[in-house]
Amino acid sequence: MVRPRRRGRARPPWALVPLAGLALAFLVIPFAALLQRVPWSTLADHLSQPVVTEALRLSLVSAFAATALSLIGGVPLAWMLARTDFPGRSLVRALVILPMVLPPVVGGASLLFAFGRRGLLGGPVYDATGFLLPFSIWGVIAANTFVAMPFLVVTVEAGLRSADRRYEDAAATLGAGRWTTFRRITLPMAAPSIVAGAVLCWARALGEFGATVTFAGNLQGRTQTMPLAVFLALESDREAAIALSLVLVAVSLAVLVPLRDRWLAS
Amino acid sequence: MLHADVRLRLGALDLAVQVEVDDGEVVAVVGPNGAGKSTLLRAVAGLQPIDAGRIVVDDRLLDDPAAGVLVPTAERPIGLVFQDHLLFPRLSALDNVGFGLEARGMRRTEARARAQALLERVGLSDHAAARPAALSGGQSQRVALARALATEPRVLLLDEPLAALDARTRPRTRAELRRHLATFSGARLLVTHDPVDALVLADRLVVLEAGRVTQSGTTTDVARHPRSPYVAQLVGLNLLHGSAAGDRTVRLGGGTELVVADPVPAVEVAVAVRPQAVTVHRTEPEGSARNTWPAVVAELEADHDRVRVALEASPVPRPRSGTRPGLLDPGAGDTIVAEVTPAAVADLDLTPGARVWASVKAVDLTVYER
Repeated sequence: MVRPRRRGRARPPWALVPLAGLALAFLVIPFAALLQRVPWSTLADHLSQPVVTEALRLSLVSAFAATALSLIGGVPLAWMLARTDFPGRSLVRALVILPMVLPPVVGGASLLFAFGRRGLLGGPVYDATGFLLPFSIWGVIAANTFVAMPFLVVTVEAGLRSADRRYEDAAATLGAGRWTTFRRITLPMAAPSIVAGAVLCWARALGEFGATVTFAGNLQGRTQTMPLAVFLALESDREAAIALSLVLVAVSLAVLVPLRDRWLAS
Repeated sequence: MLHADVRLRLGALDLAVQVEVDDGEVVAVVGPNGAGKSTLLRAVAGLQPIDAGRIVVDDRLLDDPAAGVLVPTAERPIGLVFQDHLLFPRLSALDNVGFGLEARGMRRTEARARAQALLERVGLSDHAAARPAALSGGQSQRVALARALATEPRVLLLDEPLAALDARTRPRTRAELRRHLATFSGARLLVTHDPVDALVLADRLVVLEAGRVTQSGTTTDVARHPRSPYVAQLVGLNLLHGSAAGDRTVRLGGGTELVVADPVPAVEVAVAVRPQAVTVHRTEPEGSARNTWPAVVAELEADHDRVRVALEASPVPRPRSGTRPGLLDPGAGDTIVAEVTPAAVADLDLTPGARVWASVKAVDLTVYER
């Protein structure tokens, strides 16, 4: 029997279908369980609590700030890794990836040793100016950036590596210097990977827990982000914890779904 | 004027080439893939530093390892048309052409006005807003050419200028390219693996094989006296210049009229024919060949296991002139090369001065607009 073939949609080998289904179910069922426990009648009350609104504001502000900082430093770092050849480059790349691999608690502790009141850099700065990074929103942003920036660097580096460098050659033959070429040719070509990297970075920062609680503490209204608030609420007020979780899921989906196909799957 | 003495090693390639291109001259570097053609262009453009030698444009030294000189690509007075054009995909045709002007510090509005004028010159003023993806192969090539010429380089480099085009649009684009190349007064260096492109576009040929120049000279000279089997096979073409009458006939410079397979508009043309397609007869042949004419053997040249016979059309008195279709009225001096076996030379007793008949089928003649 000859069946008309449908273009563009491969039919999977049958063995993949149940495995894919299981994987999907494993990822989705916890959220279904969460939804099923949502106290819909009292949801509005829970969400208007200051503990919720403050945590949400803090989470969004620190995640966006961490993404912005990661872009400012991470794109040049990715360019260096992708385009220049210097001794010890593979070591540098390993160091950049390290925060992705290490438990965030270790990252948070390391940040304390570096930027804490008696830290390597934090000590002299505190003595000179009285400025203290930990236990403030700056500490939250620092912890988020430390953990999330590697996602951006790795993604953008891959994007730069796969871009056709001959366009940069073409720009050079037209008299464009290195900065003009970077600004007008390299950056636009890397744009998809930069957007994808920024989204991954933002998502990682939004969910950051371990490094934040270690380095910035868990002070409501100052350093208590959504994940921290959820963790605390689970002990005391389970309904509030569920409401907070629901907000996190909704915010994440609102950002990821519109971007998914256009930028993340390319 | 370009003087390039390029010596460099790159992977398996060992390149040692000297090329000189005068202002107003078109030189084509031909050779098989991997011969080092594109690397030569990249060296002239400064995208590939040389190990030894020197590159000079006009009186300006651009690359000389011995003197420690290496001018960066962006500061060289060169324009490069890449094989696949490499138009910046996110910029319009207009902004592609204006890119170099802006990069060299021209104000945006002025750059755009100049770019618009350049697009008009290549007949694309109404495609100014188009993104490269929306342009045809030929259009994109013209944009690439306009972009390369926008910064008024002293040397124009073209890397396989017609390779990215399909066979159908190629002849027309080749003719257009020839016209546009003619408007540039500096030195022009193009590389190609296509003998017809080289013969139609260039004044002189440089044959590059495995990183070495194996032959160079005027197009006619190289085509007529190929010095290696590769050159013979590649550019050992008869290239006859003439004008089409508007029907199926082409009148060559010496007056010989050829019948071709398809109607040609009345323009200046080049007719290419492989020497293997030219047959030599001792007596007037009867057959399907539409082109038959009397000739005198001008020259014999042994080329490995083949002999190349130059046949000069001879306006000898012929008894049946004009009485038979396909019998040509040959003009004096039109010469065509036939490639035959040594056995045929012996059988036909071909010696310089021998009176023979030449014939070519109309379908073996390829006509190019000039």
